[in-house]
Amino acid sequence: MSGEVSQLEELKAAIRGQLDSLDCVIGWEQGYDPLHATPLFIRSEADLERLTISPLAVHNPATYTTGFKGKKIGLVVRGCHSRSVIELLNEKLIERDEVVLFGLCCDGVVSQRKIRAALPADPGFVEAVELGKDELHITVAGEQATLKLQEVLADKCLHCAYPDPLVADVLIGEKHAPRQAASPACQDAFEALGNEEKLAFWQDTMSRCIRCYACRNVCPMCVCQDHCIATSRDHLWMSQENTPVENFMFQMIHVSHLTGRCTECGECERACPVDIPLMLLRRYMNKQVREVFGHQAGIALDKTPPLLTFQVEEARIKERDW
Amino acid sequence: MERFITQDNLQRFAAGLAEKKNVLAPVASGGTTTFRRLRPGMQLDFSRMAVISPKDATFPRNETLLTVQHYPEESGKRMELQEHLPEGEMVVIGCRPCGTRGKLVFDPVYETQAIKDPYYIRRRDGATFITLACARPETTCFCHSVGSGPADEEGSDILLTAVEGGFVAKAVTEKGEQLLGDSLFEDAGAKAEEAAASNASARKLMGEAHDFSSAAEKLLKRFDDMDFWQTQSDKCISCGACTYMCPTCYCFNITDDEAGLVSRRLRTWDNCMSHTFTLEGSGHNPRSTKAHRLKNRMGHKFSYYPDLHGGQIACCGCGRCIKQCPAGVDIRQVVMAAQEYPDER
Repeated sequence: MSGEVSQLEELKAAIRGQLDSLDCVIGWEQGYDPLHATPLFIRSEADLERLTISPLAVHNPATYTTGFKGKKIGLVVRGCHSRSVIELLNEKLIERDEVVLFGLCCDGVVSQRKIRAALPADPGFVEAVELGKDELHITVAGEQATLKLQEVLADKCLHCAYPDPLVADVLIGEKHAPRQAASPACQDAFEALGNEEKLAFWQDTMSRCIRCYACRNVCPMCVCQDHCIATSRDHLWMSQENTPVENFMFQMIHVSHLTGRCTECGECERACPVDIPLMLLRRYMNKQVREVFGHQAGIALDKTPPLLTFQVEEARIKERDW
Repeated sequence: MERFITQDNLQRFAAGLAEKKNVLAPVASGGTTTFRRLRPGMQLDFSRMAVISPKDATFPRNETLLTVQHYPEESGKRMELQEHLPEGEMVVIGCRPCGTRGKLVFDPVYETQAIKDPYYIRRRDGATFITLACARPETTCFCHSVGSGPADEEGSDILLTAVEGGFVAKAVTEKGEQLLGDSLFEDAGAKAEEAAASNASARKLMGEAHDFSSAAEKLLKRFDDMDFWQTQSDKCISCGACTYMCPTCYCFNITDDEAGLVSRRLRTWDNCMSHTFTLEGSGHNPRSTKAHRLKNRMGHKFSYYPDLHGGQIACCGCGRCIKQCPAGVDIRQVVMAAQEYPDER
């Protein structure tokens, strides 16, 4: 815990030093209750005082960068967030000299869904949260509960290969030893299902979708913004009918537009108000891209996503042998 | 009239109703709880407030208003139009007082002297609300600040209050009283007092209400202050989670789905936080940024609507927009920021 406190102070000092030259710095503060953080747009010393970097601070600040075009802003980024920044830079959607990156070597963030499942009462009744080194002490509806941080970490953090920012102007915390990425158990379990079972799963799950487009708007790589094919009214490319088929169709469009671009920050799944496990689709697509193109989005600067360019002869697609 | 029903019997009662009518109830699935059409084998989940509001009962996310059949020219006929007015009854079980009250915001808009929305009115009149009183407020709850409370009966036909072993059911309307005639309901006896005590305790737990009465005027004062709205909307991602979760948001969009010679006119929920909401045919958009759109959403709920409808705030205080917002935008904070903004000298 003391480590985190000193890191927070170190981070604040770094931000303080540059705040005058930046339009704002995007980090996190405590949200509407002790269990939830919310993005913080730091413009003054008073704002800076509210900054938090606890594992509850989950939002990907890279999502907001394209809204600040032409202005210079700062971002507090974890490893996965830095991948989104790299991808945005690679696609020339933002300029490197318009972002100052305050990087955090990250030990993972929580999944509110896992916290909900682990608590003895509805997290809506939370009264207090105390962060220990490896656990969360939560008072909910008058009851005390201690949750092991490891058990409530977001799936993306469990086998994260890039906990440390891959690009940063200031780096806070200690770098981790190299790690091996792995797909989470939920992914393997889903992919092991037969087609009929997968179909039944999506039919049921997509019946919950209300097409609020939180998954789209929170995605740092969804940059069509106001011109998305799903909501264009002239022409109406997609039916507005709210059926599992149409809802799934939108998700297919979403995931295919992210081919080779998705940095697996998990924001789509986190943002979904009805808990649709959208990362099942993202991870599967990313696996295909790794296998076919040997490409992984946002891990190196100056790389173009494979579908935004073409090679006369793709190294792994043996067309001549077809 | 107050009766008592055990937890198991409430499940039986709901299943029995579902054999004859459409029943919408909170059901757990995939780690979340949403209102679903109750089908055999489904269990009621009263353990949490359903994520999506019961608005679907009176204002479905998607409905076919009419179908048009076109005919080839040589047939001599031109087209046939078929209206699809809703039929049948719907019973909503396990909604909370806030969600039930959502429809009270619809009424002054969809049933006026001049305009009557037959789709909404038929659904509303065919709907029965069996509401569950809240025993304890969540951190996002503020129904008491918008003229309601955790055991508010307004808009309900029956109010259930959880007591030891089951629920006390209080008939609010005649429709409710008839339902309580079912043999699964027992004499409430002393349980009625237990329910009254629980409702009083829930209200007490909510603490002091915030006074939103100056919001209408104060929000208008900030109307031209785009710096204020830009700051307030900084973290908003301009998605539709808030409006689609909201029991009181009543805006809709109409589109035509055409396939060959058949076209269907669909009505779907619309979302004022989306760019296309006010996009005009000319290409001009009076609410071109999320700051403009957030200003409208707050203004509509806490200023323009109350001005038109006798001071009634177009918000039921359920907190879904706060809880489900991917960025944690807090409607209370935004309105309070306008209320607390220092007046110009």
